[in-house]
Amino acid sequence: MQIYLPIAEISINVLLILGLGGGVGFLSGMFGVGGGFMMTPLLIFIGVPPAVAVASEAAQIVASSVSGVLAHWRRKNVDFKMGLVLTVGGFAGSTVGAFLFKYLRQIGQVDLVIAVSFVVLLGIVGGLMLQESLRTLFRKAQQTQRRKAHTHYWAHRLPFKMRFHRSKLYTSILPPIAIGFFIGILAAIMGVGGGFIMVPAMIYLLGMPTAVVVGTSLFQIIFVTANVTVMHSINTQTVDIVLALLLVAGGVIGAQLGVRVGARLRGEQLRALLAVIVLAVGVKVALDLILQPTDVFSIAPVVH
Amino acid sequence: MSRLAALFVLSLLALVPGLGHGQALVTDLSEHVVTVNSSFTGTELLLFGMTDGPGDIVVVVQGPREDVVVRRKENVGGLIWINRRAVGFERVPGYYVVASSRQLTSITTLAARAQHRMGADYLDFSLAASTRRIAGAELTAFRQAVVRNKRAAELYYEAEESVQFVGERLFRTKLTIPAHAPDGNYTVNTYLLRNQQVVAQQSTPLSIVKSGFEQTVFSLAHEQPAIYGLAAVLISVFAGWAAAAIFRKS
Repeated sequence: MQIYLPIAEISINVLLILGLGGGVGFLSGMFGVGGGFMMTPLLIFIGVPPAVAVASEAAQIVASSVSGVLAHWRRKNVDFKMGLVLTVGGFAGSTVGAFLFKYLRQIGQVDLVIAVSFVVLLGIVGGLMLQESLRTLFRKAQQTQRRKAHTHYWAHRLPFKMRFHRSKLYTSILPPIAIGFFIGILAAIMGVGGGFIMVPAMIYLLGMPTAVVVGTSLFQIIFVTANVTVMHSINTQTVDIVLALLLVAGGVIGAQLGVRVGARLRGEQLRALLAVIVLAVGVKVALDLILQPTDVFSIAPVVH
Repeated sequence: MSRLAALFVLSLLALVPGLGHGQALVTDLSEHVVTVNSSFTGTELLLFGMTDGPGDIVVVVQGPREDVVVRRKENVGGLIWINRRAVGFERVPGYYVVASSRQLTSITTLAARAQHRMGADYLDFSLAASTRRIAGAELTAFRQAVVRNKRAAELYYEAEESVQFVGERLFRTKLTIPAHAPDGNYTVNTYLLRNQQVVAQQSTPLSIVKSGFEQTVFSLAHEQPAIYGLAAVLISVFAGWAAAAIFRKS
């Protein structure tokens, strides 16, 4: 069954989009990762213009993060104060990112920057995941390294300190604002939530307790991707709400199944498999940049 | 099948005004207004007509004009392909079709093809005023890139021998309109040729109108982008909340 996506301006099979949403949602549910970093390149592979893939994916992440944050909220695993500080940085970063995105689109380089960003990101994320899961599989890892508190100390010396009761921290707001800013830029240019960077950054750089990091990350992702959605709508008119809602529909069902399956299976082999999938997607994006295109000429409507 | 089609064409022709009043060429389309909606996966239009005797038919369809930018990728550092050169063109038809009853080169002269745009090589789009001046082989390469990309997007095509005669005087052909064809007014020109000369021509109006839900979404996104963006966020928030609520109960 074909559906016409009004902003992407392509006809596409509904089941393909639902299946893609479901498949990535399944992986998200199983491994507790966001999935935006997989969805955007997959949308590009099936023919959605890269700019539309990025902007529509931002809208989908708003939905999936709202969905995800509610459970954490009920368990009081959201540090709202820290979330708001991160959001301040995220808002600024995503606004800068959105204008950069608009400029890149005007000069015809947005597809390139999206692709290169994904090669780097998928390479790093997939590589780290593979390394970690292989290490666990072969039991080469002895004790996990104790988290050192030195970052806590340098953050301690910075000005503008604030007390974060839920995270049991008294620290400067500059590092979270900087982290939020950086991830905000990524969110605008790549259509990702950035949880896979935010969560480790919260633990290792900010020293937040692990119980609150996922909920707090989801909380701030809602606002940052909402800003990305609005900014891209205004600047480039690339948000395809029909596409986003189809992905949400597939995604929520896939995520529910993923959570259930993930709870029953032992994770390390699966985690290695996910790492291989992530790397494979990265390799495909890289090949599309390296191999000579069938037509070196491309045409686009004039963007003012 | 062909008898049925002929009957269909004949019955439609009965409705065409002017037929039988000594005109050399009369044509009409099965639809003059094509509506794009959610189930729209492209459509086929039937163009049919009648001549006053043997001859050849060429149909030229052009969609609304648009400005495009053509970019050429170059290999940078022996590694990746990057858009380097950009050239703008104005008044490029968003849709273009030539259908003919026989090979164009055997039924038309070069002059006629050039004059009536019978063939994408003869389209009259030109370099944008703001773009860098290019000429010669480079201009040709960029112009051909426009046509090639439009063909790849199924927005341009040439269908020689696709105009079929039913008997000597009745003819018909199909026009394929893809889902992403631009909306607006199209010109459909039909030419009757004898001895490589155009002896009669007729224009038939056609418009593509995007309507329904898709058009509402498209218009809102382009005309009220801030409201569209806020609406997209609210809808997404609601969808996320609804999904959580549904699965919490189950």
